[in-house]
Amino acid sequence: MSIEPGKKGVGAMLLKQLDYSVLQQCMHCGMCLPTCPTYVETKRERNSPRGRIALMRAMADGEVPVTRSFADEMYYCLGCLACQTACPAGVNYVELFETSRAEVERSGVQPRGQRDFWRWLTLEVLFMHPRLLRAVGLMLRVYQQTGLQTMVRRLGLPKLIPGKLGSLEPQTPTVAAAFSDDLIDAVESPAERPRYRVALLTGCVQDLVFSQINRDTADVLLANGCEVITPRNQYCCGSLHGHNGAPELARDLARRQLDMFDVDSLDAIITNAGGCGSHLKHYGHLLHHDPVYGPKAAEWDRKVRDIHEWLVEIGIRKPVSAPATVDSTPVEVTYHESCHLCHGQKITSQPRVVLGAIPGLKVKELPESNWCCGSAGIYNITQPEQSAKLLERKLKNLEATGAGVVATSNPGCHMQLAFGLRSKPEAKCHEVTQPVSLLAEAYRREREEGGRQEE
Amino acid sequence: MNSDATPWIAALVNLLGGDAVLSSDEDLVPYSFDGTAALKQRPACVVFPRSTEDVAACVKLAREHGVPVVTRGSGTGLSGGSVPLTECLVLCLVKLDRILEVDPRNLTLRAQCGVITKEIDDAASGHGLFYPPDPGSMKISTIGGNVAENSGGLRGLKYGVTRDYVMGMTVVLPDGEIAWLGNKCVKDVAGYSLKDLFIGSEGTLGIITEVLLKLLPKPAARRTMLAMYDSMEAAAETVSAIIAARIIPCTLEFLDRMTLGCVEDYAKIGLPTDVEALLLMETDGHPAAVEDEANRMMDIARQNGAREVKMAADEAEGARLAAARRNAFSALARVKPTTILEDVTVPRSELAAMVKFINETAAKHRLLIGTFGHMGDGNLHPTFLTNEKDEEEMHRVELALGEIVDKTIAMGGTITGEHGVGLAKKGFLKQQFGKASYDLLKLVKKALDPAGLLNPGKIFD
Repeated sequence: MSIEPGKKGVGAMLLKQLDYSVLQQCMHCGMCLPTCPTYVETKRERNSPRGRIALMRAMADGEVPVTRSFADEMYYCLGCLACQTACPAGVNYVELFETSRAEVERSGVQPRGQRDFWRWLTLEVLFMHPRLLRAVGLMLRVYQQTGLQTMVRRLGLPKLIPGKLGSLEPQTPTVAAAFSDDLIDAVESPAERPRYRVALLTGCVQDLVFSQINRDTADVLLANGCEVITPRNQYCCGSLHGHNGAPELARDLARRQLDMFDVDSLDAIITNAGGCGSHLKHYGHLLHHDPVYGPKAAEWDRKVRDIHEWLVEIGIRKPVSAPATVDSTPVEVTYHESCHLCHGQKITSQPRVVLGAIPGLKVKELPESNWCCGSAGIYNITQPEQSAKLLERKLKNLEATGAGVVATSNPGCHMQLAFGLRSKPEAKCHEVTQPVSLLAEAYRREREEGGRQEE
Repeated sequence: MNSDATPWIAALVNLLGGDAVLSSDEDLVPYSFDGTAALKQRPACVVFPRSTEDVAACVKLAREHGVPVVTRGSGTGLSGGSVPLTECLVLCLVKLDRILEVDPRNLTLRAQCGVITKEIDDAASGHGLFYPPDPGSMKISTIGGNVAENSGGLRGLKYGVTRDYVMGMTVVLPDGEIAWLGNKCVKDVAGYSLKDLFIGSEGTLGIITEVLLKLLPKPAARRTMLAMYDSMEAAAETVSAIIAARIIPCTLEFLDRMTLGCVEDYAKIGLPTDVEALLLMETDGHPAAVEDEANRMMDIARQNGAREVKMAADEAEGARLAAARRNAFSALARVKPTTILEDVTVPRSELAAMVKFINETAAKHRLLIGTFGHMGDGNLHPTFLTNEKDEEEMHRVELALGEIVDKTIAMGGTITGEHGVGLAKKGFLKQQFGKASYDLLKLVKKALDPAGLLNPGKIFD
């Protein structure tokens, strides 16, 4: 049931196969330290990017073996990539980080048993088989909608679930009433002659929990003159696998993804999840040794766009109506940056441009907007303590803005913030949404209010 | 290393608690270096004291066991000053991180040594004051480290270096005694200036755990300008001309083509990358004086061959430019695997000649050298872009460095303007000092630390 082939310590050491200059690129100047959420918490070098890189280098040099303690360190790192933004030397931390996690899995220093089971179930089964994932989603929805969940919670049954999982039960997101394929047709065309032809990536978590955001994204694209192609029953992009030490599975998923799209016929491939986008833009690198898929992946990389990036690139059409309030008071909204959108993809101004284009919104800047919220993939499951600290810090900053609504652009952050705000009913900030949803709503109201009055 | 195996480590655990003592491989590897390239040595153990008393207790314990002590803050030093020795104890002072007092009536601030320098400036700013020394690493480096290394910065030209702002300090002496030196008085000539002995002593004479700093009123206005040149010498001539015109701007920073390219690649703020040299000039003070000085400096730049001179639109743009400059050193690491930063200072009248010499030396030894620095105070950072794994090239780096140092000393300059001697420069120190002054240095060390337990092997053997 182990994820990657090979038993403990068998096979070539991945850190040694890395281009050594990637490790050497870190000249330990320390510019990363104040931006690293784990270093700032503990002030220990091993919990910092430059400390972790020093460990990786010591392993590649054969000075120290890969140990359980190193494994713990690599899973303590959020992978938020704030260090990559801060690094003047241009260290490719994401590659080092992913290779190290893969090294940890290859060397088998982590405890076996339960951990293997959950990794197998999620990475190898659920997230490799979209139909199965959606079937499980459906079951979860039935559980949540029939009152069974309420009953289970009243009986205190979650306490019987072993280990950390019981305490996670309240964090389980509510499964959407319909998935993306039910909400979006395979091909949708704008009212006028399309200016662009784009594909829409529906994601896996986004599809299960926030399918409406995919619908909103399609609407926004249509309103901006794009024909939208949405292949049915899409695969997970593989970011979960890439970030969690399973590069072979990530490559496998990338190939399957590429098979679903006629890349040459598209102007762009649109993603609306920060974490997926950050991974999707690196299929070329992921498959660069693959003679068959390599060239297509490189072409794919050139065309993948985050939705905000794309809207700004093609010139966003400003809606004439405000999204919600009937009275004239503007909705105060603040923006939380998903790590992989801002640090991974360097997309920081575009979501703000999108929000700024919506009438009736007052955008308030969030202090530490690019500081991780603690979601970080499955970090809230693997490191609940540190995750909770980061969430608390984020909620405090949200409250300081005085805004009632927070927009973000990644399903993980969205769920994390919603979970945090649920536990604080007294907070002024009470709603989590996404920039595209606000924009889509504005276009919808514009239609309701009698169509476009001006271009 | 297992703490059970070594009695002194076990004693430290007893003293400070297990959480404050690190001794596993995974914990020690990241403490085997500071910001200096190509120097590394793993210590036996790292401890995190939380008070001056903790530090004193650690020093006493180390003394009893004959264990060398290396002190460290954020580890951003650039001369190997906080690189450990084998079997040494590293005292990491980042957890002494409280600002103890801001005294706006006396314009002073008292802080523990582990406070980040930028936080000191931020705290002063809340009272309309500022702390002038601003090393490139100010967002990371600790004030204790800045005092121990007597750090400089971008504003050194007008405001001087860390030494000029230290009014007092608490220092743990090599025998474990705690001494307070200095006070809030602007004038004080009682006895020897002992605090000055510890400023820039690089952890070899005592351990600074608390500092009393002088603050200044924030200047009312500030102007930032850029001047671009087709030759490095023209930029250097501009600097000499500005000083000769009796203008003391707060900043005159210089970046060569290679450095500019790297900084722009990182910061993407629209710096020109097709010029041979760029001067970042800044003047601050009374608004009328600032306007006048800014205009005169721009004129002088044009007269000395600047291709283009422009003024930052506002303070925010000026701050962005200065921030980009702060990253010059790290940004240069984009070119080659190993970045060796040098730190020579010459009298300002010699700048143009020195810059020319550095370029010739690079060409002669077929090396890449990016040069940037605080030109206004004569402090240059020729930075070797090389690969430590290439032995033949590293040999050429050594030769070139030797020639640059010889030239510096011949010009009446110094082998380090702000980074300290540490391990990196100790080989050159004797060359700069006469016998009497070099012997005096050693005598001071011997008087204070006869057993040689504090940061041994740094500054001199």
